[in-house]
Amino acid sequence: MSAPDAFDLAVIGGGPAGASAAIEAGRAGLRVVLLDEGRSAGGQVYRAPVSGTGASSGQPDGAVGDRLRADLAASTVDCRFDHRIWLVERGFRVHGLGPDGPATVEAPRLVIAVGAQERHRPVPGWTLPGVIGLAGATNLIKSQKILPGRRVVVAGSGPLLLLVAASILKAGGELAAVIDANGRMDWLRHAPQLMARPDLVGRGAKWLAAILRAGVPLLSRHALRRIVGDDHVEGVVAGPVTGDWDPSASGEFQIACDAVCFGYGLAPATETTRLLGVKHEYVPDMGGWRAVTLPDGSTSVAGLYVCGDGAGVLGAAAAALQGRVTGLAAARDSGHANAADAVERLLPQAARAGRFGMAMTGLALPRDGLLSAMTPETIICRCEGLRRADIDSAIAAGSQTLNGLKSATRCGMGPCGGRVCEDTAAALIAQHTGLSREAIGQSTSRPPLRPVPLGQLAGAFNYLDLPMPEPAPQ
Amino acid sequence: MSGHDDSTSYDLAVIGGGIMGSAAAIQAAEGGMQTVLIEKSELGSGASGVNAGTLSLQIKRVRLMPYAIRGHALWEHAGDRVGFRRTGGLTLAFTEPEAERLTTTMAMKKEAGAPIVMKSPAEVAALEPGLNKQVVLASYCAEDGYANSSLTGVYYRGLLAGAGVRVHERLAVDGIARSNGAFILITAAGPIRAKRILIACGGWMKDVAAMLGVDLPIRVRINTVAVTERCPPVVGSVIGHATGLLTLKQKTNGTILIGGGWQGRGTPKDGRGEVVAESLLTNLRLAQFAVPALGSSRIARVWTGFEPNVPDFYPLAGALPGVPDAFILGCVRGGYTIGPYIGRLMGDLILGREPEMPLFDPARFAPAKAQAAATH
Ligand SMILES: Cc1cc2nc3c(=O)[nH]c(=O)nc-3n(C[C@H](O)[C@H](O)[C@H](O)COP(=O)(O)OP(=O)(O)OC[C@H]3O[C@@H](n4cnc5c(N)ncnc54)[C@H](O)[C@@H]3O)c2cc1C
Ligand SMILES: Cc1cc2nc3c(=O)[nH]c(=O)nc-3n(C[C@H](O)[C@H](O)[C@H](O)COP(=O)(O)OP(=O)(O)OC[C@H]3O[C@@H](n4cnc5c(N)ncnc54)[C@H](O)[C@@H]3O)c2cc1C
Repeated sequence: MSAPDAFDLAVIGGGPAGASAAIEAGRAGLRVVLLDEGRSAGGQVYRAPVSGTGASSGQPDGAVGDRLRADLAASTVDCRFDHRIWLVERGFRVHGLGPDGPATVEAPRLVIAVGAQERHRPVPGWTLPGVIGLAGATNLIKSQKILPGRRVVVAGSGPLLLLVAASILKAGGELAAVIDANGRMDWLRHAPQLMARPDLVGRGAKWLAAILRAGVPLLSRHALRRIVGDDHVEGVVAGPVTGDWDPSASGEFQIACDAVCFGYGLAPATETTRLLGVKHEYVPDMGGWRAVTLPDGSTSVAGLYVCGDGAGVLGAAAAALQGRVTGLAAARDSGHANAADAVERLLPQAARAGRFGMAMTGLALPRDGLLSAMTPETIICRCEGLRRADIDSAIAAGSQTLNGLKSATRCGMGPCGGRVCEDTAAALIAQHTGLSREAIGQSTSRPPLRPVPLGQLAGAFNYLDLPMPEPAPQ
Repeated sequence: MSGHDDSTSYDLAVIGGGIMGSAAAIQAAEGGMQTVLIEKSELGSGASGVNAGTLSLQIKRVRLMPYAIRGHALWEHAGDRVGFRRTGGLTLAFTEPEAERLTTTMAMKKEAGAPIVMKSPAEVAALEPGLNKQVVLASYCAEDGYANSSLTGVYYRGLLAGAGVRVHERLAVDGIARSNGAFILITAAGPIRAKRILIACGGWMKDVAAMLGVDLPIRVRINTVAVTERCPPVVGSVIGHATGLLTLKQKTNGTILIGGGWQGRGTPKDGRGEVVAESLLTNLRLAQFAVPALGSSRIARVWTGFEPNVPDFYPLAGALPGVPDAFILGCVRGGYTIGPYIGRLMGDLILGREPEMPLFDPARFAPAKAQAAATH
């Protein structure tokens, strides 16, 4: 291996959080490298459209994203896009796979800004073609300008529900229904925190108005019971929910559609911070398990910072502000004393944006009644084809932590790395045993952070040059 | 399994729920001892549940061969419960010096009882067409195979319950005291009393022995294992390398497991070890060299586990020097294969029976003072 490139600061993730952190740290005088597997900066929310599908400007998000990309381009930050990070060693050595093969950078400080992942609660039929996650749907519509289907049901909870529904209408699609597990009272209960950002509330109200204007049925306090169809989605069966979001307690009805966008909010992506041994805590209003951070982004591991949705799902506005704070904190800790004041100045704004985000995340959080929609035959771990009955019997036989369940059943061992199934599996363990999420724990994070082709990692080599240690005694 | 409060006075307390502790606890309980096992995490969460699962006689040390053959038979008996497969195993040499080494070591192992035969490049190619054609020589053992080590915990949980062993999971032994000739294990759920104890805590053994004032020269290696996503069939046998630095097998679900003792970084005290890219990449290159088709498969997961050893690389298995009624079992190279058997022998020793095969007295590392005490 050739000597890795050395920097003062490495940033993983070029979403609003990571890009803002890199820009601020660069301005303060650090030599910064920014790595992202995407084609350009922007992350999930300001994802640049795939070339040929039209410019992003014209949409409010698009304009913010374009500005972020322009600021980054004008900065001293060394940007490495198309770099999939597969391993981070403490100290820090960041190993990526780029367009030209393996690439390693080294830095004494590291900002992790890898964003969030979708949270699912399976129902029978959720693995049929035509079903996609709510967050995934925003990508499809925004970045690739593709509609999920001809007649779509949007179901689940939280702000992405309204965003996806409004985007489908805007793109000229037909909505069969919007099914929201929350009721008006649930939204109202969060009103005080939401008012921390009246601008964002206004945007949500506009989405809602568009949905109602189009005459789309908006079913509050309802949830999916199952998705029906032979080899493709043909419809959904939904019902009213109890306070615990149990959709199977009273009557049901069917809605015809050919696609379903379905999800229950976002959870911080913690695989990188878990890998590095950062302390984590379970905070439902921030999306579940999160790396414990101080307001300036620093963690229990020296030199390691986390910001944006990866440190708690608080949305794009909070992510950008937190990113700036974190970039400045990294500069401050590297000896650039002038950055310290700027950190203090930005903290209150970041906190305000955070309160809004927390209310939204709290609204999206799935409740336990949803588990009763899962029959013994419902697939929980898609990669390994494990049904609820498989998970239930392993729990009954004594697997009461995520690691234990993983060893016993392979739940979470497939290509998704547990991102899709583990939160549901943990909810099932909690329901069976009464154990807390802390006792059930997180699964141990294993590299690679993303599956990588062995041949690309191995690269070209000469057998006789492989460094072979002395074999053990016979 | 809620609440650990335990006021029983046990005949034997086993510290550590890996293969070693579990197998010994079962044997002692079946021999009539009231036995408790205390595991700080979950059964099989240590080396026993994360190892490469290779059941290969070819990579066993000569003196450990009889133990390996018997351990192998016990895993075969466990069968589907642990995903046992006898596939046959090939150990490959790609250069003349490797071939020479292979010829010498395999002759010794054959002598020790492993049914090993040598294979020419043409025979290897016929047996395993997916291997690199640059093989110059290979050894073959029809007994070799593998099992699925992640099932260790589930497997032993059932057997321990059947044998009537009381099991406390997610409970660590934080200290050990003595009172009226009994041991008192200090845990977060209160004291646990026992007449005898067995220390079987893998990579953490040195610290637990130190709780009784015994200092043993134990060091810990941090072994790396990698697994690919499911891929089409490329090899049927368990594959090894003349240097012992590669083990490789394709499981029935299509995933390919790659090991060979390449070193990560970390200490048992800090929890899991850390994967070191350079070390892993050499391991992967060696694997790809042996099985070229691996290049197009994706790596799904890489992990490490702690494997303790003493300077002579033989087991610690016997009485803890200088502490009457305390025993220790661990540091067994190839311990996944050998564990179920040597654990039984340990159970017999604790029961006061003569073990079927000799154990490995830890007193060989004790300072003279402790040795004197041990013989009294
Ligand atoms: C799929 C999805 C769609 C979303 N759509 C919207 C939306 O339309 N509107 C909205 O307001 N909010 C949306 N959100 C919420 C959104 O994530 C946040 O509001 C905001 O983008 C958070 O910013 P961030 O910088 O923390 O993370 P992100 O914007 O998610 O940025 C994280 C970046 O890290 C990179 N990354 C992660 N892991 C690696 C790795 N191993 N190697 C290399 N790069 C890596 C990713 O490519 C990504 O660019 C979405 C979330 C998700 C998960
Ligand atoms: C990565 C790797 C690959 C390997 N590959 C193979 C192979 O292919 N074939 C083969 O034959 N062998 C292999 N081995 C060796 C084999 O796995 C070990 O020899 C064997 O599992 C050791 O078992 P054990 O019970 O001694 O230790 P462990 O399985 O580590 O069990 C010790 C237990 O003690 C518990 N413990 C520790 N401290 C305390 C405390 N204070 N209180 C309570 N509990 C405590 C731990 O949590 C742990 O569960 C491999 C080892 C490793 C690490």
